[in-house]
Amino acid sequence: MTRKLTGLTASRRAVLQGAGAGLLTAGFVAPIWAQAAPIKLGFQLHRTGIGAAYGRWYERTAQAALKMVNDAGGINGRPVEIVFEDDGTDPKRGAEVVEKLTRQHNCDLIFGPLFSHVVIGSAPRAGELKVPYLVCSEGFHVAGGKLNRWSMQPGITDVRAQVQSMAPWVLANLGKKVTMVFPDYAFGHDHRDYFTAAVEAGGGKVLAQIAIPPTETTFTRYMPQIPTDTEVLYHVMVGPAVLTFVKELGEFYGSGAKPQIFGFIDSLEAVDMASPGLEFLEGSHFWEGHCRNKQPDAPDYEATYRAAVGVDDNGASVSDPKDISTYGHMFSVWETLHIIKAGMESAGYQGAADRQKFVEAVEAMTVIPASLAHVQGEKVFNGKTHQVFGLQFISRVEGGKLVKVHTSSMEDGMYPDAVDFSTQSF
Amino acid sequence: MKVWALHLAVVAALFALQFVLPPYHATNLARIMVLAVFAMGYNIAFGYTGLLSLGHAVFFAAGMFGMGLPVWHLDWTALPALITGLAAGGLVAGAVGLLALRTAGVSFMIVTLMFAQAGYLLLLYFGAVTGGDEGFVVETSSRSVFGWNLSEDGPRYVAALTLFAAALLSCLWLVRSPFGRVMVAMRENEDRSRMLGYNPFRVKLIALVMSGLYAGAAGAVYGLLFGYVGATFATIQYSILPMLYVLLGGAGTVLGPLLGAAVVFYLIDITSAFTDAYFFVVGASLVALVLFAPKGILGTIRERVAAWLP
Repeated sequence: MTRKLTGLTASRRAVLQGAGAGLLTAGFVAPIWAQAAPIKLGFQLHRTGIGAAYGRWYERTAQAALKMVNDAGGINGRPVEIVFEDDGTDPKRGAEVVEKLTRQHNCDLIFGPLFSHVVIGSAPRAGELKVPYLVCSEGFHVAGGKLNRWSMQPGITDVRAQVQSMAPWVLANLGKKVTMVFPDYAFGHDHRDYFTAAVEAGGGKVLAQIAIPPTETTFTRYMPQIPTDTEVLYHVMVGPAVLTFVKELGEFYGSGAKPQIFGFIDSLEAVDMASPGLEFLEGSHFWEGHCRNKQPDAPDYEATYRAAVGVDDNGASVSDPKDISTYGHMFSVWETLHIIKAGMESAGYQGAADRQKFVEAVEAMTVIPASLAHVQGEKVFNGKTHQVFGLQFISRVEGGKLVKVHTSSMEDGMYPDAVDFSTQSF
Repeated sequence: MKVWALHLAVVAALFALQFVLPPYHATNLARIMVLAVFAMGYNIAFGYTGLLSLGHAVFFAAGMFGMGLPVWHLDWTALPALITGLAAGGLVAGAVGLLALRTAGVSFMIVTLMFAQAGYLLLLYFGAVTGGDEGFVVETSSRSVFGWNLSEDGPRYVAALTLFAAALLSCLWLVRSPFGRVMVAMRENEDRSRMLGYNPFRVKLIALVMSGLYAGAAGAVYGLLFGYVGATFATIQYSILPMLYVLLGGAGTVLGPLLGAAVVFYLIDITSAFTDAYFFVVGASLVALVLFAPKGILGTIRERVAAWLP
């Protein structure tokens, strides 16, 4: 018995070797990780307010990207933390959150906001505090020159590029006479202006532009304004009224002839395509920033990404099939965090004193190949306008699923630079 | 004398705090001081004159856009733009007052709410001029007054304090003046005041215009100090906030709005770290206060300890 126990008991030599190895590990590896102060990234989150549906998924995506980055050794060998602060989707609170993340939490930079008014309200404070501010907004405010050198949008294309990328395919495949229905505020006006220009440049014609006031809850009275010779009905209606809009559109056309329908998925982010009332969208087309339903030609890393962010092949949460993600936009958070990693490592980022170096490192980026880190696809970053360009997708609703029918080219979304931030002082 | 000494001491303490507080809290205090001026304006209408408005956001936004639009479109410098902002707040309040003061009580609340909503929708409707829902940035180059760059921490704090001090001391003077007492008379018993020969409509209109001037000044300065002008400042939330500040701090007290603005600001700032329902916490605090100290913090102190508080 004693012998047996002795046989199982580690010898003095083995104990010493093990202890030595442990000490070595503890002495060299662990302290490097433990002593290296984490890189703290501030996330300006729309956890409440009108952007909450997006915010919920942006937070999950950020957590997933954070885990991936930390599992791969962090940034510059340092662990990474994200501090989330809710801005209530309000520009006043947004600026306060920028202040809080920078000065109270001592974050190295800030990223994550989506809604344009929050971005525009917060960016001045980020510029004053000289803290990099990486937005995931798709607004044209960055490339339009409204903000400052500290503000960048490296993770998602802007609405101008998205809209003008759609026009060639729409004109060639759906029709040349277009009627546009859009919300009567800045986001809708961007669609109105840039899509109209692209349609006219492509030889088509916009027959009518129907602006819907943001307070509208029913749309029946706008339907008769759609010209009868409309070949394509272009719609973008962000907000909860979208279900009513589609339902009333269906009632207006009934079972009779109807135009081709093309919309932006923004209207239906976090909304189940199988929701009652959306049957009318069967056969219609959507712009998608990232295909919600996993496509047959999806690269291998798409599955890894979906597993990491907890989304199934239909774009719903793996834990709740009714919890539909904001799949067409949330990749921007994932990709922005990987841009942050690449930018910090390129700049040799050590601390707040290197923030300017970080901005310059991102400005120096050009072609960004598709990969797990840039899961939506290949991109080109314009260091002058601080805006990334990329591919766009058009999907057709078939059996309640979105099936990709077209991928735009990089050039489809390009437009002349409106600003050169790289010449502005810090 | 004691009253003036207290208020001057508060101003002096606020001046000193910028050297003591960490930068984060110093900037917060600059925001709070400007928001307190907004609340002081609300207090003149509600706390002293009894005009329960749900539309003060439109006065704040009038000041903000009255300052921002000339800077954006006409390249005005900050100082004249501040004056147009101040004037815009007073003018809009006068125009709203001329119509809304034909009503009273609940009707006045609803009419002012409707005017504020109309103002908000006008800002969206004329989006090409106003920046619509996105708003616009006030360029740093346009944010200097007398050579002071208001986008820097020190000058911004001093500018906020200057506005606050001017607003506080003139409010103190106003409420202790004969006209201030007439305002209170209107709040307490309008019929009796009328019988004594005062014209309630005129008194309330003047009070509302003064209230609008305060809100307009706050809006203009807020836009200038923090570099952003946007239509969200005209939404109902920004009509409710000054009411919360005043109710928490103490309606009809001169320092109540500052206290209320600070309490609400930090309630949101601190509780948002623990819960998404931080506005619920603010609401619950208000309900608790209404139940246990209906006159607000300073109102209760005045009632129980310091009857001399204005």
